[in-house]
Amino acid sequence: MIPRKLRNFRARHPIKDQVLEGRQFSQRAMTAFLIIALAIFLISLRYIYLQVISYDEYTTRSVSNQVRVVPVAPNRGLIYDRRGRPVAENRPAYRLEIVPEKVNELEAVIARLGLIIELPEDVLEKFENNRKRYRDFDSVPLKFNLTEEEVARFSVNRHRYDGVEVVPYLARHYPYGELLTHVLGYVGRLDVDDLNRVDEGNYRGTTHIGKSGLERYYENELHGNSGLEKIETNAQGRTLAVLEREAPVHGDDLILSLDVLVQQAAWEALGDRPGSVVAIDPNDGSVLAMVSKPAFDPNLFVHGISGEDYRSILNEPGRPLFNRALLGGYEPGSTIKPFIGLAGLELGVVDAEKQVFSSGRYFMPGQSRPYRDWKKGGHGWVNIYGAIEQSVNTYFYQLALDLGIDRIHDYLDQFGFGARTGLDLLGENSGVLPSRDWKRGRFSEPWYPGETVITGIGQGFNVVTPVQLANAVATLANGGSRYMPRLLYASKHAGHEQALKVYAPVIQQVPINDPANWDIIREGMRRVVHGDQGTARAIKPDSGLQIAGKSGTAQVAAQAEDEDMDDSTASHLRHHALFVAYAPFDNPSIVVATVVEHGGGGSREAAPITRAVIDSWLAQETER
Amino acid sequence: MKRLLPGWVKWPQLDVPLLLGLLLLMTFGLFVLYSADGANMDTVNRQGVRMAVGLVALLVLSQVPPHILRIWTPWLFALGIVLLLATWVFGTGRATSRWLDLGLFRFQPSEIMKLAVPMMVAWYLHPRRLPPDVTSVLVSTAILLFPAVLIARQPDLGTALLVAISGGFALFLSGIRWRVILGIAGLTAAAAPALWFLMKDYQRQRVLTFLDPESDPLGSGWNIIQSKIAVGSGGVLGKGWLNGTQSRLEFIPERHTDFILAVLSEEFGLLGVLFLFAIYLFIAGRGLYVASMARTTYARLLAGSLSLTFFVYVLVNAGMVSGLLPVVGVPLPLISYGGTSIVTLLAGFGILMSIYGHRNFIR
Repeated sequence: MIPRKLRNFRARHPIKDQVLEGRQFSQRAMTAFLIIALAIFLISLRYIYLQVISYDEYTTRSVSNQVRVVPVAPNRGLIYDRRGRPVAENRPAYRLEIVPEKVNELEAVIARLGLIIELPEDVLEKFENNRKRYRDFDSVPLKFNLTEEEVARFSVNRHRYDGVEVVPYLARHYPYGELLTHVLGYVGRLDVDDLNRVDEGNYRGTTHIGKSGLERYYENELHGNSGLEKIETNAQGRTLAVLEREAPVHGDDLILSLDVLVQQAAWEALGDRPGSVVAIDPNDGSVLAMVSKPAFDPNLFVHGISGEDYRSILNEPGRPLFNRALLGGYEPGSTIKPFIGLAGLELGVVDAEKQVFSSGRYFMPGQSRPYRDWKKGGHGWVNIYGAIEQSVNTYFYQLALDLGIDRIHDYLDQFGFGARTGLDLLGENSGVLPSRDWKRGRFSEPWYPGETVITGIGQGFNVVTPVQLANAVATLANGGSRYMPRLLYASKHAGHEQALKVYAPVIQQVPINDPANWDIIREGMRRVVHGDQGTARAIKPDSGLQIAGKSGTAQVAAQAEDEDMDDSTASHLRHHALFVAYAPFDNPSIVVATVVEHGGGGSREAAPITRAVIDSWLAQETER
Repeated sequence: MKRLLPGWVKWPQLDVPLLLGLLLLMTFGLFVLYSADGANMDTVNRQGVRMAVGLVALLVLSQVPPHILRIWTPWLFALGIVLLLATWVFGTGRATSRWLDLGLFRFQPSEIMKLAVPMMVAWYLHPRRLPPDVTSVLVSTAILLFPAVLIARQPDLGTALLVAISGGFALFLSGIRWRVILGIAGLTAAAAPALWFLMKDYQRQRVLTFLDPESDPLGSGWNIIQSKIAVGSGGVLGKGWLNGTQSRLEFIPERHTDFILAVLSEEFGLLGVLFLFAIYLFIAGRGLYVASMARTTYARLLAGSLSLTFFVYVLVNAGMVSGLLPVVGVPLPLISYGGTSIVTLLAGFGILMSIYGHRNFIR
């Protein structure tokens, strides 16, 4: 009998029975083990369900899982001339593409491809350079513009080339070839450098980009916005289906102010002489024609020009890559005289009555060096009308001296001489409008009065570009509104019917003291063509059309005294021929500036070209 | 062999079958990891180093007698609590404050709790007569709930539940009555709706996604869908090592950590999965066997709960990868890439080894 006290103590402080507890524990452990074994069995059933019963379904999904998001390049906007003629279009073409990841031995496969498709060295070189842009599972273009025969040959052998595909695309094509090269520029293969100036994400699917000309200037508008496609690919990476599509926004179509027929007229009139013709509508600054000769075929650059072709273009003596209209710097010669004359009238230095005697030689006071007239023996007494009509140097020598270089600079500056016109192309040359400051900065020398004298006839330091000259004449013709000339006339968003006109801004309104002064200068220019003594009377139209013009000759080599220029002079030493004109006289709708390099006299060489351009334009205007 | 070493060095007494099971598992794991991380040897090397550190911890702990561990237990538990509180103040890590930066390395104090909670429950129940009375059950429950609540507030609901469960196992193994167990289960079930209101938005999202993954296939449902596709497309034999398209094309998320089982399933198929489960079951079963050989309550409860907890990780992870359970951040033990979990797990097995090695002593 256990004492009650002890029993209570035991009840309150139970003694652990290790043997019993061990047995209890073992039972619990066994129970637990059975429970977890059951649990893992149930989970195993789940895996059996997934991997055996649903195996087919999940295999399909795993295969179709190889869905890829592919960028879809927008279609590049088309370019039309002002009458709706397509000047840059997109043509269906085929290119060869490789997905490096899908190809086991890239070099071997390319070598085998070479058996059925011609792969020149530079194509392979470009492919290698280009690969850096892409990830390994992206499709990298290898060769563009495959011939139909090549496409056919590949299609037959396609099963032998996993990871290689022929892909249709739209290739840029310029139907007018070299006629518009210096305006449109061209597109070329997008390279790593190009990516610095665009949003790379938007160019994922794009292979070509504007490299020069309008194609470059309006790259953003023409390119549009890239779209996306979710595509299903099979194990070889071939597209099986498009699952989702976010359509790209195609590029804007551009409508140019340029008229292809006018451009052609200028092109043909220039013949095979190097030179430039720029035609501008003085009413709104729109560019009607812009020719620079010689040129080259831009289509050569679209598919990647071969090194050989490129070198031959580069080394051609006429420098076809050089855009003379925009970059060519020429002495304006006598084409500057109307502006000097206007400065004299507006600033009150001369009036219409003022007469100057031309003896053939002009001497500055106290100097023995003669400044010559172009006509031996001189022109006799002339006023401002005659001075422009006959291009009398003596008159302008005297006037320039009376004006002084500072006033000449400040007045001509208003017409845009010595400054970029702001035309919508890159790389424009600003030319030179000399001044005291300019000369000090350029040569660290003071200005000499003799330099003022020759500035009066557009010689010495003056440099103009054809675009600048045309724009200055347009400003003169329209009564002082200096526009920023535009090649783009209107643009049309993809999918929109309505084209939006682009208005050329007026940069400056030249102040007018007396409109009569402007009429005097314009009348002088009319007499250049229509006067009995007019230097360009040879181009006077029989139709009754009135043209105002001015010829000019830019010196190339210094001419010794009393040495005359004639046809026997070696052609590269001959002067550049210039002619500027506008028509119709009463209500001008076109201004033309023509430069014929080494053409000799402006009236004889450049004036007929100008006339041809004017005729072409007016013929179309009346047609419309 | 023994004579080559000084007399005071005892040749460690390790449970060879358990050790072989662990080594087999880890070797398999390294192969899967190599494939899962895109044939990246660096990852494998880093994982190998962690395993080595874990094995050293295992060896060291296997030499510490269980009664010493028992004496330290309250201190370890207290340290864990202090560190958990510290994460509130000094915690680092993305969005959640689970990590504690100790200058040299960062670790999750909740890892300590994975060991400390079952140790503490075992420590508490050790001197008491089993099956425990109502007071003991309540105190044990408090011991396991307090750190679990702290961890849940980090917020790391997955770890909190696992920590609570590891303590619960100790309680279960102590032989509490089935009535009590069923009562607790009933209470938990009743409290589940309340839990919904305590959850953060992202946790609720996980539950919703679990219930209907196809509702947002490219967003939150992506993980479960892609994981199931990987598992299902593996079939019976698998696509072969390094040939899993789901994993190679990076469709499986977290494929070298929480979803590594999806990679294994895809490449080794159902046979690979069953083989893996068999190893895990063997390890857990062997652990329970070691536990039942122990002579003290503390050692038994601790060894048993560690083994069961280890297996719960497997169940939860395998359930998650196959879409049976919501996505919770529970790694596949000894296979998933990740430092602290491997070291903690191997340390736990070190304790089991110690219990095995000292099974003949009564203290």
